[in-house]
Amino acid sequence: MTEAVFAHRVQFAFTVMFHYLFPILTMGLGSFLALLATLHLWTGQERYAVAARFWTRIFVVSFALGVVTGIPLEFEFGTNWSRFASFGGGIFGQMLPLEGVYAFFLESGFIGLFLFGAGRVHRVIHWLAGLGVAFGSLLSGYFIVAADAWMQHPVGFTQDASGAIQLQSFWKVLFNPYAGWQFAHTINGALLTAAFVLAAVGAFYSLMGWHRDFARLSLRMGVIAGLVLGLTQLFPTGDMDGRNVVHYQPIKLAAMEGLFENQKGAPLAIVGMPDTQRGILLDPIYVPHMLSFLAYGDFAATVDGLNSYPRDLWPPVELTYYAYHVMVGLGTIFIAIMLLGAGLLWRGRLYNARWFLWILMLAVPFPFIANEAGWMVTEIGRQPWLVYGLMRTEAGTSLNVAAGETVFTTLGFAGIYLMLGLLFLLLTGKVIAEGPATPDATAAEAS
Amino acid sequence: MNIAWFWLLSGMLTAYAILDGYDLGVGMLHLWVARSNPERRTCLAAIGPVWNGNEVWLIAAGGMLVVSFPRVYAAGFSGFYLALMLVLWLLIARGVAIEFRGQIVHPLWHTFWDVSFALASLLLAFLLGVALGNVLRGLPVAADGNFQGTFALLLNPYALLTGMLSVVVLAWHGANYLRAKTEGDVQGRARRTAARLGWAVLVLVALVTLVTALGGYADHFMQRPLAWLFPLATLLALGMGLRSGSGDITAFRASSLLILGLMGSAAATVFPALLRSTVDARFSLTVYNAASSPYALRTSFIANVVGMLGVALYSFYVHRTFRGKVRGGEGHY
Ligand code: HDD
Ligand code: HEM
Ligand code: HEM
Repeated sequence: MTEAVFAHRVQFAFTVMFHYLFPILTMGLGSFLALLATLHLWTGQERYAVAARFWTRIFVVSFALGVVTGIPLEFEFGTNWSRFASFGGGIFGQMLPLEGVYAFFLESGFIGLFLFGAGRVHRVIHWLAGLGVAFGSLLSGYFIVAADAWMQHPVGFTQDASGAIQLQSFWKVLFNPYAGWQFAHTINGALLTAAFVLAAVGAFYSLMGWHRDFARLSLRMGVIAGLVLGLTQLFPTGDMDGRNVVHYQPIKLAAMEGLFENQKGAPLAIVGMPDTQRGILLDPIYVPHMLSFLAYGDFAATVDGLNSYPRDLWPPVELTYYAYHVMVGLGTIFIAIMLLGAGLLWRGRLYNARWFLWILMLAVPFPFIANEAGWMVTEIGRQPWLVYGLMRTEAGTSLNVAAGETVFTTLGFAGIYLMLGLLFLLLTGKVIAEGPATPDATAAEAS
Repeated sequence: MNIAWFWLLSGMLTAYAILDGYDLGVGMLHLWVARSNPERRTCLAAIGPVWNGNEVWLIAAGGMLVVSFPRVYAAGFSGFYLALMLVLWLLIARGVAIEFRGQIVHPLWHTFWDVSFALASLLLAFLLGVALGNVLRGLPVAADGNFQGTFALLLNPYALLTGMLSVVVLAWHGANYLRAKTEGDVQGRARRTAARLGWAVLVLVALVTLVTALGGYADHFMQRPLAWLFPLATLLALGMGLRSGSGDITAFRASSLLILGLMGSAAATVFPALLRSTVDARFSLTVYNAASSPYALRTSFIANVVGMLGVALYSFYVHRTFRGKVRGGEGHY
């Protein structure tokens, strides 16, 4: 791999991973906003409107950062991956403008209406705008995931003798079999993260003794939603997403699991360190036969190990393996935390269990880490392919951009994103410190 | 289909220039036109609900370029690598400035974002004009369809001139927008600024037209009778906008029409090429040799036009909902 290819990969990985921090929150919070807006319209209770306003303020900050960090990514397909763009633009590119046209416009349009429209438009329209925001952010996620799914499992094209490809079916690309579960799992991860954020803010206020009603509402919603979503993250979405990998990218599976030899009745490694030199897993703890069962629903099935593939088709094994284990390990811990929370809630002790509120409050970065780790599995595990089986990563870069230029602008992005990250923390911190406005306070502000 | 795509893209970029153009114009001018904090807030409130929707036209146009003419997207974006990264950083700075200014109430915080907003808007308007100038003039596109766009190459006198034109036109447009949306002192200053900028626009439009014609960039244009509608629109717009005593709304319509005329003329000038090669005309990337397959063009055309009609309707609805004058301190900004 040349220096230039490496520089492009680092730049793309850095900018996309930073971007993704914000859509996690907006896609997740968007749906909770829609839920709160609906509860408000339905029950007429003011506390739902108060909560919706509070979360909207955090949503807006995150949305703004999602937008400004998303635009560079769309440019990067052309600036950094120009050979990939000219090769596959007519196909995976089908998804990109649709995202802009249908999804962003829904989202960024309705957010204006939702924010500024209260009092100016009918309240049903205002509620619909809230739904539009949530729907728009989910749709945005779908189109992007469909574009990514095409890179994981290219479909709907024909290839001529020169190797050039052409779109054969738009619908096959849009409804790529890889995309469905990938989308479900991704969105579920975003919702789960939002549930943790709700619970954490509720826990913080409870510990401080502030905004009692709002804190309890957030805690209750966060814990109940978190338990359900934690379970659906594992099953069915994570499990089914994993079956796609088994089916379409068996090498990735072997790297995720650190499996080197072909094995009948392969065990599932819970911990262990892959050693690619010797081709073994050091100090493993296994659950016997479990991997065969998870992959094929049969305890005796044979799972192919890395050694049955040529080395130049291996992804970076260690990174894929650790990222996968971080994600799954955290997922298991999340379920445990939320089970505990639900138990305490059931017994009526949640609001006073200070030790547990501390846990909830400090847990908040981890769902973000799990999401990022999941994408690392997906994207790094796809290597050395840029488009699986069709185009190698080093064949997709821009030839007329030098490594030095890319390194230089990556440093620029690093500086700017550091600022943006600090701004985000500052502003959300401020919103949290100010707390949800009571109806009286809002009225005073407006007058 | 290829031709329809060309005009769809040109139309998208024109819509972007008209809509986001006034946001950029307001950004460039607000330090002058609005002196106090409430006045600045009024300016931001005038674009607050719409600017993000306006920017979507650019993003969607970028996405549409990928799918319709992937080779143009690939060559243009990688060739302009550093310049585009600069554009990205400016877009980030501007977006963040608009959204975050109102989050904390403190004079230092406000000043910081006001100046960022103004500078980012100015530079963006300039760079977009420079890019357009280079597209008109042609780029050293080689046989493989790529080029190396160094800064020295991009900042040629012609492109600098179109960059200036872009700054002046968008500033005028922004001033006209503020005339229509505000009252009192801000409106008064916007009127005076617009009057002065109007003449600068006239001079620069004339100059750029002359250079374009003399430079031989407009040879294709001359052979297309229909294309003359665009310069005609430009003339009409100048007439409408410069007549003293014309109303504020009329002035805004005039500057919108002017942008339409200029963008249309530019499109008619380069057609059928998207990126003209200065090395050899055969290397130019045109609507024919740089396009996706006919099927890909057709499906994406239908999907996007349907969507864009929705966007246009929506955009109309938002502008109507927030029509009329804005007052200081309104809404969230
Ligand atoms: C809160 C975040 C989170 C948590 C707790 C989990 N995941 Fe996950 N996972 C994601 C967030 C995520 C993600 C960010 O959404 C990814 C990245 C790309 C994608 O499609 O989803 C992902 C990818 C991903 C992949 C790779 C798919 C591919 O390569 O296409 C598999 C196999 C799983 N997940 C399976 C699981 C399992 C079995 C989990 C058990 C608990 C689990 N995930 C927890
Ligand atoms: C290479 C990958 C990506 C590209 C090119 C990309 C592109 C963009 C762009 C251009 C925007 C700004 C849109 C606007 O102006 O409204 C944006 C925002 C957004 N992106 Fe991404 N994005 C990528 C990855 C992702 C992923 C993986 C997801 C989710 C699954 C996602 C979800 C969103 C959402 C929901 C928004 C709206 C703003 C927000 O909610 O923060 N993006 N993205
Ligand atoms: C937001 C979630 C995402 C994250 C965190 C993410 C992360 C990454 C990482 C870490 C890499 C570097 C892999 C390597 O070079 O070893 C990468 C590469 C890449 N990803 Fe993603 N990705 C995301 C979503 C997407 C989506 C939605 C697309 C497509 C639309 C996409 C397209 C690419 C491309 C083109 C590359 C560069 C080529 C390559 O290295 O394979 N990514 N991404």
